[in-house]
Amino acid sequence: MLEINNLTVEIGGRRILKGVDLTVEAGYTNVLFGPNGAGKSALLMTLMGFSGYNVLEGEIIFKGEDITHMSVFERAQMGMGIMTQRPPNMSGVKLYDLLNVISKDLKETESLAETLDMVRFYERDVNVGFSGGEIKRSELLQLSAQNPDFVLLDEPESGVDLVSIEQIGKTINQLLQKDCKCAGDRCKHGKSALVITHTGQVLDYVEADRGYILCNGTVMCSGNPREMLTEIKEQGYEECIKCKLMKI
Amino acid sequence: MQADEDMRKKVEEALKKTAAYGEDFDLDEYGIAPHDVESTDNLSELSEEDQRTLLNVGFTPSEENRAGSFIMLDNAVSHTSMRDKDVVELMSLKDAMKVHDWLKDYSWKLVKPDADKYTAMSYLQEADGYFIRAPKGKKLKMPVQTCLLLGSKQVSQTVHNIIIVEEGAELDVITGCSTKHGIEKGLHLGISEIYVKKGATLKFTMIHNWAEQIGVRPRTVVHVEEDGTYINNYVTLKPVKSIQAYPTVVLKGKGAFARLNTIAVAHPGSELDLGSRVIFDAEDTKAELISRTITTGGKVIARGEMIGNADRAKGHLECHGLVLGKGGMQRAIPILEANVEDIELSHEAAVGRIAREQIEYLMARGLTEEDAVGMIVRGFLDVGIQGIPDELKADIDATIAKIGESAI
Repeated sequence: MLEINNLTVEIGGRRILKGVDLTVEAGYTNVLFGPNGAGKSALLMTLMGFSGYNVLEGEIIFKGEDITHMSVFERAQMGMGIMTQRPPNMSGVKLYDLLNVISKDLKETESLAETLDMVRFYERDVNVGFSGGEIKRSELLQLSAQNPDFVLLDEPESGVDLVSIEQIGKTINQLLQKDCKCAGDRCKHGKSALVITHTGQVLDYVEADRGYILCNGTVMCSGNPREMLTEIKEQGYEECIKCKLMKI
Repeated sequence: MQADEDMRKKVEEALKKTAAYGEDFDLDEYGIAPHDVESTDNLSELSEEDQRTLLNVGFTPSEENRAGSFIMLDNAVSHTSMRDKDVVELMSLKDAMKVHDWLKDYSWKLVKPDADKYTAMSYLQEADGYFIRAPKGKKLKMPVQTCLLLGSKQVSQTVHNIIIVEEGAELDVITGCSTKHGIEKGLHLGISEIYVKKGATLKFTMIHNWAEQIGVRPRTVVHVEEDGTYINNYVTLKPVKSIQAYPTVVLKGKGAFARLNTIAVAHPGSELDLGSRVIFDAEDTKAELISRTITTGGKVIARGEMIGNADRAKGHLECHGLVLGKGGMQRAIPILEANVEDIELSHEAAVGRIAREQIEYLMARGLTEEDAVGMIVRGFLDVGIQGIPDELKADIDATIAKIGESAI
């Protein structure tokens, strides 16, 4: 689904990502761990093609095509979708109008809006005055309406209270069609995702297939996401950096 | 009589008086618009082109869902009709002056005839216009529609309107101003004196749709008495040479309220100098001024002014200007003045381009760049004006779509 080779990215003259290699297979949900400022969000923003993230080296291959220099719109058209941490205030753009334009199936979107208690936000300007949890629910609703094949999620659980985390986790599961129990079928038709998580809480609801650790703009290692999370919780990220240094 | 004569002399002097703002027009360059025009009783007999012109300024030629209709072509009234004479009075100001002796106490009382050359010209031309009066306690369900049309080449049209909403009455007026097809150059000078009495409500929506070489100089003053409400919507989205207006609302009675919304687009070659002024002369008065302007290459000056002269006056001013494309100019000039202690006036002003982040947010949801800009622009201009006919809405959408395309 996605293959990143030797990706080096700068923002405003500063190198944020250095030679990143990462893969997300079809039907896989991969998780990105890493300390604050490691470049996790920057990686997701670069993958979606947002301006300000300048690729200096390397390539992004999506569904077999080199999308490194494609526009945000083209990437979305190809089936990529994103939930960012801090989406902009969209003054004047009403949530319902946006859902109406982007929904592949408006009826399904409306029913999900009810589940997520977002119907009362229909006439509100998108993100304006939304609380942390409301932003997450609105973003997930929009993503589900858009129904992309490959989903980038930037800390879906941050700023969300404990009760809502369950709801958000379940919705992500639905979005990624995790209810399809046949692994073979998931590989063929399932959705893929790259998820940033700090706390790993979202892993209680969404089964992850592979984990990556990003420190200082570089991938330190990859492996079983649950094992990784346990080790990070016990030893922190310093151990990763030491481990990497030992290998060099 | 002597007083009249003195006034006339003063006003004649004022013909040389340049207005405080906006490009100065030489009145001698323009002929006087005809005073004799054919009247049209049945609007369905108008040509399709003329009907389209009316529709594009919010005037419904079928008169469906309208309490009354009034059309002024050049300097003469060409159509007046009313559904129910008991609910609203609608006629030409000249006719109204003949019927109501007391009306002279309302005429040229809010707008000074010698304010500038344009008011002077209108006074000396004895300009006609509409007279609309909602009698005491009458609440109109449907709006009254009026249209001021410029139909001759290279002339100046002078208009004088008076609206009176009597105690406890509710009135909704839609005024469209436009040019007939093929008229490119001209001047429109319009005097409006509006009285909103105790506990009354007036919603006044004005839609301008001029041509590229038209100069527009409206002069409007509104008085709002105790607990009265005045809502003003002003929309101009099409090319024009120059519009300069500074409507002033005086909140004269305790608890009076005013809201003024301005939505404007300055195309290349257009100069829009649009102000709104609210004077809080009584206690507990409130006002909101909202201005949303876009330049696609023209010049916009958005003035907003609030003068607090009485305790517990509260007002907010919002001035947002978008710059789309090169060569345009946006200037926001908010003015707040407090003359007593217990006053709460505030403003927020911002000018600039659409944030790239906003466009890309929508693109990431699968919208093209053009559609994304269009959606943001539509939202920017949407201040919740109600009661606009569908045909006008479609025209507004088409204009916005064009703006979206040109912005890329």
